[in-house]
Amino acid sequence: MISARCAACKYLRRRCHSDCIFSLYFPPNDPQRFASVHKIYGASNVAKILQQLPLTLRAQAAETLYFEAKCRIEDPVYGCVGIISQLYQQLHNGESELAKTQAEIAFLNCNPQVQPIDEANSSNFNNLLPHQYCPPSTPNSWFN
Amino acid sequence: MKNHEPRSSSSCAACKLLKRRCTPNCIFAPYFCSDEPTKFAKVHKVFGASNVSKILAEVPEEQREDTVNSLAFEAEARLRDPVYGCIGAIALLQRKTVELQHDLTIARARLALYAATSSSSSSSIILDDHVSMAPFPSVPGCDGLAYSFGQSSSDLSRYGPLNDFGHGPYIS
Repeated sequence: MISARCAACKYLRRRCHSDCIFSLYFPPNDPQRFASVHKIYGASNVAKILQQLPLTLRAQAAETLYFEAKCRIEDPVYGCVGIISQLYQQLHNGESELAKTQAEIAFLNCNPQVQPIDEANSSNFNNLLPHQYCPPSTPNSWFN
Repeated sequence: MKNHEPRSSSSCAACKLLKRRCTPNCIFAPYFCSDEPTKFAKVHKVFGASNVSKILAEVPEEQREDTVNSLAFEAEARLRDPVYGCIGAIALLQRKTVELQHDLTIARARLALYAATSSSSSSSIILDDHVSMAPFPSVPGCDGLAYSFGQSSSDLSRYGPLNDFGHGPYIS
């Protein structure tokens, strides 16, 4: 009786031994999972990465490898770095928004008789800012 | 008599590492200069030269430099953190964004309080309460990373759920 092969051994058309390093993380019911990882990293590299890790962390590693592989297949140019760049930009936009709001609060604290300025009249507010807010470094620095 | 062809003195980093002749149309040569040997070494260690070659071949030439840079970034991240790789950075940025959103909500509430308690009520203050930040993917089964930040055309949910990778980097 032939025991079920894991997705990796099925893909690689080889016998799945009891100590197969892939079997726990690439079950036969999800062939696409291994196919994605193999396409980007190669089975050999994945095995090396998993082998160097303690058993307790291999599942997590397999999961992140799969996620990154999916991202790279979806976006061959940027992969998951595209996500990082988007998140970084969102964070930057949020920080700018927060700084602007906090500056407005600080201004009103010092000038309680002045009413809060609305967004349509922001040019008046900008002229009163004591200094320019310096945003963090751009996402391009990730690539240096 | 053997044909002793002169060795190329300008082999790219990839061909040097792979110990092969660097041809004029080498796909790696424009992006892996010989003075940056570690860049290709890291990419090769994580992805393998063959896979990198295939990825580069399928993207337009004008985008190959960005592709190489992003692969180098991912490789660096994976070598530094074999368990989480880039996902560690994504989880961290998501956490920071949640905290930022919290701070922003508080700040806006304070600003709105000024509007509500201002002495002159003739001109009501209309604050823009729309936060133009892209939504984050919901994370089924993972409490720590379920975010949503309003509306935007940028949709990260197409990448699927992101499990809870917020345990910090693994450094062997």
